Amino acid sequence: MSQYIVDDREMPKFRVDRAVMVDPDVFAREKELIFDRCWLYVGHETELAKPNDFRTRTVGGRPVIFFRDSKGVIRVWVNSCPHRGATLCREPSGNARFMTCFYHGWSFSNAGKLVSLPDDESYGPDFDRPGLAAPAQVDSYRGFVFATFDPEAPDLRTYLAGAADYLDLVCDQSNEGMRVLAGTHEYSAKANWKLLVENSFDGYHAVTTHQRYFEMAIAARSGSEGDAVRARATGAGSTNTLVQSRGIDLGNGHAVTAGSPVTGGIFGRPLTPAGQAEREKRFRGFAETYGEAWVDRMRGTRNLVIFPNLVVIDLVMGVVIRKIDPVSPDYMEVSAWHLAPPDEGPELHRQRLDNFLTFWGPGGLASPDDVEALETCQRSFASRGELRYSDISRGMNKERPTGSDEFQMRTWWRRWNVIVTGEELPPEEHAPLDGVWAGTRRDPADTTTSAPATAG
Amino acid sequence: MTLAHPTAVPTPHSAVGWSTVDDATLRALERFLTEEADLLDRWQLHEWLDLFTPDGRYLVPATDLPEGDPEQDLFLIQDDRFLLEQRVNSLLTRSAHAEYPHSRTRRLVTNVRGRSTDGDRLLVRANFAVFRMRSGVMDTYVGEYRHVVVREGAMFRFAERKAVVDLDALRPHGKVSIVL
Ligand code: FES
Ligand SMILES: [Fe+2]
Repeated sequence: MSQYIVDDREMPKFRVDRAVMVDPDVFAREKELIFDRCWLYVGHETELAKPNDFRTRTVGGRPVIFFRDSKGVIRVWVNSCPHRGATLCREPSGNARFMTCFYHGWSFSNAGKLVSLPDDESYGPDFDRPGLAAPAQVDSYRGFVFATFDPEAPDLRTYLAGAADYLDLVCDQSNEGMRVLAGTHEYSAKANWKLLVENSFDGYHAVTTHQRYFEMAIAARSGSEGDAVRARATGAGSTNTLVQSRGIDLGNGHAVTAGSPVTGGIFGRPLTPAGQAEREKRFRGFAETYGEAWVDRMRGTRNLVIFPNLVVIDLVMGVVIRKIDPVSPDYMEVSAWHLAPPDEGPELHRQRLDNFLTFWGPGGLASPDDVEALETCQRSFASRGELRYSDISRGMNKERPTGSDEFQMRTWWRRWNVIVTGEELPPEEHAPLDGVWAGTRRDPADTTTSAPATAG
Repeated sequence: MTLAHPTAVPTPHSAVGWSTVDDATLRALERFLTEEADLLDRWQLHEWLDLFTPDGRYLVPATDLPEGDPEQDLFLIQDDRFLLEQRVNSLLTRSAHAEYPHSRTRRLVTNVRGRSTDGDRLLVRANFAVFRMRSGVMDTYVGEYRHVVVREGAMFRFAERKAVVDLDALRPHGKVSIVL
């Protein structure tokens, strides 16, 4: 048995010691072993529309400047002056070719070069003029920019493993390349960061925690359509579409819950006939490009977690990119963005905004209740002397675990465990993916750009 | 940091001379907003809903985009009548977990200004501080109301009720589960 995890395949039973949610030593080890080494999401290329655009944010606990330099190259700079440490860039966003440190006036180009410093002569001719510091590696996959502080880390594409497919399923929903909208949901929760990781692909809580949301979705539909959503969202057995989904291990600790094509229809308000027609037309176009099997998968929902702290949730009419930043064992910061196709008409775009907001974000009809759930968990962990473990066993005995099971969380936890404790727990065996979940893309995605090569 | 091309700080409305309504109207607007705040603090949400026109909207822009366009950009809240009813009705049940049991709130609404537009519409601005107490924690929301109200006889109704939050992030609040 691991120090923190009980992984009993006989019973079966999977439990996590609540110490990992409160212990400062565990938190320090996570910083060093996970956040100093894994590939971490920085931002999306479309947040920097023009050369010289920048945004400041935190990645792996470090303040960074996310930049598109004068030549258009995406850069990630440590937001600290190499001279004596002052914060170089104190604006949340802007457009600048040079950054001048306000403390002693050293000035840097947005390509990271020290271009001038006051009283230059006092340093002598042999002084080695330092440029800006950067993470050891920066790379992007279809517009998603990642960085790692570990020079030894494998390349990003290798790291992403099977998660790349699920990013493709999101990115393929626009011929011009998906784009992050202006406006950010910046919030927090007084809870351990791993609780939000679990929650982000926990299908089991949807009906109970988000009753209020599904009641809205039912009320938004007339009579029989409303009944259908009621059956699909809250019904027992196979009528419940949340059960028509799979929990999938994507390798390297990444995992997803992927819904069948019907799952997209139970979220938000129904589209207007014109919106529905435009959407159908778009999907017919995607089917011509990528094949029906791939588009069937696109039509389903997906809750993807890329280890350790990136969440991409696609409820088909609203895609959220969520970055989770641990601050202390019992406090996290959350940043969330809305990823949307720029090539939809105004009416469909408006319905997309609506669909997204009804669920997501600190003012939605769902996310505040998630924050409440996590914060109550964290407070209750004070009683871990009496209740040492949290249970994550659901679906261990199933051939095909669904999104309402907890296989995806166990996948993440086993990766966490091997990194933090060094102990490898063997992967769980389940039936191979079949049906809609086995559909493939006609051609492999061009991973170097956010828009597909076949655009037009 | 010095910007090569500094972006001007947006000034969506100048302060001096913005308020053009007469004192009686200003007093009526103040009464309307303070009575509204009282309804919210008492959780009389159905009565509060009656303060909206049938197509009235409730908006809260994102903290990093106070001037956002609701047709294009991401907001925190963008409720039309249907969603507003859903929000209010569920807040009064046990299913709004973040507000069950209800938080206590106290609202301070001050610096009320008014400006007439065409017809019966008035633009109203006011400063707010909303204190929310729950589970031993106090969250403070500070910002500016930028409403559009319609005069209906001796009272007003909201055509657009917009709360622009001055916080640079909802931290450590984590959410906007009450009406701001
Ligand atoms: S710390 Fe930046 S110039 Fe001295
Ligand atoms: Fe949730």
